[in-house]
Amino acid sequence: MKTPPGVSATDFAAALGQFEAAVGKEWVFTSDEDVALYRDAYSPFWGEPEERVAAAAVAPGSVEQVQAVVRAANRYKIPLYPISTGRNLGYGGSAPNYSGSVVLDLKRMNRVLEVNERSAYALVEPGVSYFDLYRYIQEQGLRLMVDVPDPGWGGVMGNALDRGGGYTTHQFRNHFDAHCGMEIVLADGEILRTGMGAMPGSKTWQQYKSGFGPWVDGIFSQSNFGVVTKMGFWLMPEPDAYLTGVVLVPRHDDLIPLIDILNYLESSRVCQGISELSSPVMGLPAADDAPPVSPELAALIVKAVERDTRGLDEFAARKGRAAWSCTLKFYGPAKALQAQWEFAKDKFAQIRGSTFVDGALIKLPLSAEQKEKAHKVEFGIPNLSIFSLGARNANNPTPTNGHQWFSPIIPRSGEDVFEANRVFAQAGREYGLPVPPFSLPFCFWERSFLFLFGFPVTHDVEKNKKTRAAFTQLVRIAADHGWGEYRTAPAYQDLIMSTYSFNNHALLRFLERLKDAVDPHGILSAGRYGIWPKHLREGRQ
Amino acid sequence: MKIVTTTMSTAIAAGVVLTVGALAADQTRIQQGHEVFNKWCAPCHSAGPGNPGTTALETLYQGGKPGALEQRNDLTPETVEYFVRNGVSIMPFFRKTEISDVELEALAEYLARPLPK
Repeated sequence: MKTPPGVSATDFAAALGQFEAAVGKEWVFTSDEDVALYRDAYSPFWGEPEERVAAAAVAPGSVEQVQAVVRAANRYKIPLYPISTGRNLGYGGSAPNYSGSVVLDLKRMNRVLEVNERSAYALVEPGVSYFDLYRYIQEQGLRLMVDVPDPGWGGVMGNALDRGGGYTTHQFRNHFDAHCGMEIVLADGEILRTGMGAMPGSKTWQQYKSGFGPWVDGIFSQSNFGVVTKMGFWLMPEPDAYLTGVVLVPRHDDLIPLIDILNYLESSRVCQGISELSSPVMGLPAADDAPPVSPELAALIVKAVERDTRGLDEFAARKGRAAWSCTLKFYGPAKALQAQWEFAKDKFAQIRGSTFVDGALIKLPLSAEQKEKAHKVEFGIPNLSIFSLGARNANNPTPTNGHQWFSPIIPRSGEDVFEANRVFAQAGREYGLPVPPFSLPFCFWERSFLFLFGFPVTHDVEKNKKTRAAFTQLVRIAADHGWGEYRTAPAYQDLIMSTYSFNNHALLRFLERLKDAVDPHGILSAGRYGIWPKHLREGRQ
Repeated sequence: MKIVTTTMSTAIAAGVVLTVGALAADQTRIQQGHEVFNKWCAPCHSAGPGNPGTTALETLYQGGKPGALEQRNDLTPETVEYFVRNGVSIMPFFRKTEISDVELEALAEYLARPLPK
C-alpha cells in the first residue's frame, strides 16, 4: 500500500481507520488491485513514474460521511481528491493531480434529490450521471430536457464543475452557467450553501442564482476550495418543436460575413441551438468512411490556409461545391421557428451566391423511432456513440488507448478562424502533431469559438513523451496569440495556468491566498487547475 | 421398508425444492446481470449500428464472432470480469463504486449464460 507523501504510516493507518468508521470498511479501498481502478485510463503519463496515482480511495454515501472523512483527513493532513463519477476522460478521469492523494469517490451519492417540472429545475448529488437524470425524468414522465455532453456517461455535477458543455440552447449548453445553488463541505468539515441556499428555509434555492452578497459559486469550479455535495440545475422545458436550416456560401472568404451574421442571429436568440460549421469543398468534417483527400485538393487547402484562396475557390466552383455551410438549430414554438429561419435566410442572403436548404420541422416529444435516428444530444438524450471516433472500426483498425484534448478558445470571427488554422497547421508540421490541414471551430459557447484537437494517448512511453512535448508547444504558441485553453487534464494544468499570467500571475496568486485561507492544511485536491497549497508550492515556481 | 421409502420420497422432494430454489436464484442473478448490462454496457455494446463497442468487435472478428456481447456464446465469466476491471483500447476499466464485485459476478454470469437455441 502506498502512503501519501509527507504522511507517516501511523497517521495514515489512523486516518484510514477513521475513514472506515465513517463509511464502512467495504468502502475504503487500499489494495493495489482496487486502487489501480482509480488510474486515469487516458493518462498522458501512463506507466511512467510521473503518472499521477492515488494511495487509496474512500467512498462516502452521504454528506455526513463526507464531513467525517474530511475532518479525519484534516486532522491527519491527508491529501484528498474528490471525484463525482470519475468519467472525465480526456480531462483527467478519476486520478488525482497530486500522487499519493486519497480519492474521495462520491459515486455512491447518486440520488436525484428533486426534479421540479413546474419550475424546471433539478437538485442532484455528485454521483448522478446524465444517464441517471435522463432515466429519472423519463420514468416520471416529466416534460423536461437535460442538456447533455457527448459522451453522456459523466456526472451532471462533475461536468458542470469542470465547466463542460452540451448541445441544446444557449441558456443550458454551458453547464456551469446553468447551475443554480450549491452545497459544499469545506476543508474543516463545515457545510456551506450558496445563493439562496444560505437562507435557512429558503424557498428559492434553485430559482434565483446569486443570493445576497458576493456570488462565490464560481470559485468552486475548476478548483479545490471545497467538496460540492449538492448542486441545482435549471432544465429546459421540452420545446414544442425543433428545426434546422442550412446556409451555403460559395467562396472561402465568405466565412467572414457568414460568422458575423451567425453571431448576430445567435446573440439575438433568433437561433438558439448549437450551430455547426462545415466545408463541403474541403470535405469537413470528414465522415469516418470518407475517401482520402486528393493531392490536388490537399495542395489547394494548404495554400488557402496561407491565405491564397483563389485556387480553392476555382476548384469549388468547378466541382459545384460550396466553400462553407452552416447548420442553424432552432428550438421553440413551431410557428415561431419557421419565422426565425426565414429571418435568418434574409440576413444570409446578403452574401452573394448564398443558397439554403430547409430542414424538416420536428414536433416534440420524439417517438421511439425518432429517438433512435436523432442526433441524440440535440434532444438531451445521453449516449456513448461518440466513442465511435476513437474505437476500432474499418478506418481505424488499430485504435489507441485514449485521447487528450487541446482546446483553445478563440474569437468568433472568420479572420480568427483563418489565423488560428494558419498558426496551428504550421505548429503541427513543425512538431509532428496530427493537426488536420484545416480545422473547424465549434459553437458550444455563446460569444467565442472552441477549437478541439484530440491527440492520442498510447501505452508507448516514447510516443506519449513526444505528444506531451508537442502539446506543450501548442499551449505556448496559442498563448502567444492570445488564445487560452478552457479546460485540460491534470498533466497540463500547471502549464496552462501559467499562461494566465497577467500582472505577474495575479490571478494565481489570489487563488493561492484563497487556498491558504480556506484550506490551511492543503488537503483538498492539491494542484487542481494549478492551485497548490502553501506547503507544496515552495520549490515549484 | 415403508419408512425407507418415505425417507427417500422426502429426500427427493427436498432435492426438487432445492433445485427449483437454485434455479430461481440463478434466474434472479441473471436478471440482475441483465440490469447491470443495460445500465453500464448497453450504450456501447448493444446490437446494431451506432454502438462503438459492437462496431469495434465486429471489426476485430471480421464475422468470426458476433460483435454484440449478448449474442456471444463463447464468453466466460473470467473474460467478462477481466475486461470490466482492466479495460481494453479506449474502453476504460470500471471502479467498484460503479460496478461492485457482486454486480460484476451477476453481469459475468449473464453474459456467459448459454444462449437459447
